[in-house]
Amino acid sequence: MRNSFLIILIAAFAWFMYDIFSEYQTQEQLNKTAAYYNSNEPSEAGAANVVTAIVVTYRGLDTLGEVTVLFLATLIIGFILKNKAEKIIDSKYKTSEILETGAKVLVPGSLILGVYIFINGHLTPGGGFQGGAVIGSAIVLLLLADPNKIVSHKLMNFIESTSGFFYVVIGILGLIIAGGFLDNRIFPLGKLGSLISAGAIPLIYSFIGLKVGAEISGIVNNINETELTDKL
Amino acid sequence: MTITIDKIALFLGIVLMLIGLYGAFSLKSIIRIILSLSIFDTGINVLIVSLGYLKGRTAPIIDGDKVTVENIFNVAIDPVPQALVLTAIVIGFGVTALMLVYALKLYQSKKTLDINQFSDLKW
Amino acid sequence: MKMELFKLILIIVLAVIMLASAVYAVVSKKTVSAVLATGVISLLASVIFLMLASPDVAMTEAAIGAGLTTFLFFIIIRKIEKQDDAK
Repeated sequence: MRNSFLIILIAAFAWFMYDIFSEYQTQEQLNKTAAYYNSNEPSEAGAANVVTAIVVTYRGLDTLGEVTVLFLATLIIGFILKNKAEKIIDSKYKTSEILETGAKVLVPGSLILGVYIFINGHLTPGGGFQGGAVIGSAIVLLLLADPNKIVSHKLMNFIESTSGFFYVVIGILGLIIAGGFLDNRIFPLGKLGSLISAGAIPLIYSFIGLKVGAEISGIVNNINETELTDKL
Repeated sequence: MTITIDKIALFLGIVLMLIGLYGAFSLKSIIRIILSLSIFDTGINVLIVSLGYLKGRTAPIIDGDKVTVENIFNVAIDPVPQALVLTAIVIGFGVTALMLVYALKLYQSKKTLDINQFSDLKW
Repeated sequence: MKMELFKLILIIVLAVIMLASAVYAVVSKKTVSAVLATGVISLLASVIFLMLASPDVAMTEAAIGAGLTTFLFFIIIRKIEKQDDAK
């Protein structure tokens, strides 16, 4: 009974998807929205990477909502796990010498790579989300090498809330000085392709990168610190 | 009908979604269900990116050599699906982490991960 | 023209490996192997994103989908096994 339901469901979904697949044709020309973005973006937003301009400026409100969703996920995880103040030292778990030495060399490099990726987000592929993920991976490596290491929750919360606050402040400045919420033209656009260009885009993307990095590190740190006990 | 790389990617996305859906409904362990949903997620992302591809074009990044301000209209692909998928991947990570933490809590309450054991609200 | 044919063959090979890993991830009895198979799917998906001319998405998928999600699954499995040992 259960299996026949499942097969009917999968078949219905496959039929629905076959409709999309059979009518799909490889396009030769851009559609209207994409044509507008591709032809007007260099003069309007001034970023060399069109995807960055769409994520930060044209669809900036979506990105703000997206960062809020990630913040809520972090908050709920911290709330559910309810870690104790002092940490239980797990002496059974020992790491190898190679991993510890490798982590000492690699962690600072990964942090700098993450910062490089989100500062250059408007020129090259990459940006706040990718840079934040690289920073999160650096923290993961740190915790892998020494699971009993204490990563400060206060510092994470401070970075996370401060960058979120300044993100919204820059958005409101755009409302006052330039054309609308999260408009990047509060600073001059500058020369296309140089590091200091595209108005507020590098600044906003740096705040997004710091926020995403702090959130990912917070999730991993919370889960790593939790100790399962019998009572809920 | 000629075969192009975006058609293959579209087909791949659809089949990944079907496999993920089958896994999410047929498996018993909660961890395996979350794993199937993450396969479903990857399938959706591949599908959306393949819809924005245009034949023989390159990424919408002005480098002054192949892509310049003058010819970006003719050589670059659609940037909108990329921007959508970029945020979708990050949200997918947050949702997966949330589901895993709930799985941990469910295991703590009943000492099992079998989905059929959790029937408290069913009567 | 030769480049087009090479791309076509490469993407077909990647697609076959990804579908095989997906089937293995659903059918396999071992949870750890299934997690690794899902990591392989995400890693190869980032190569496919690169071939579809979207390097931004490829970077995000490689860092988050293949790296952090796989690690998160492993850390949760370790927590659960540790509680089994304590009993």
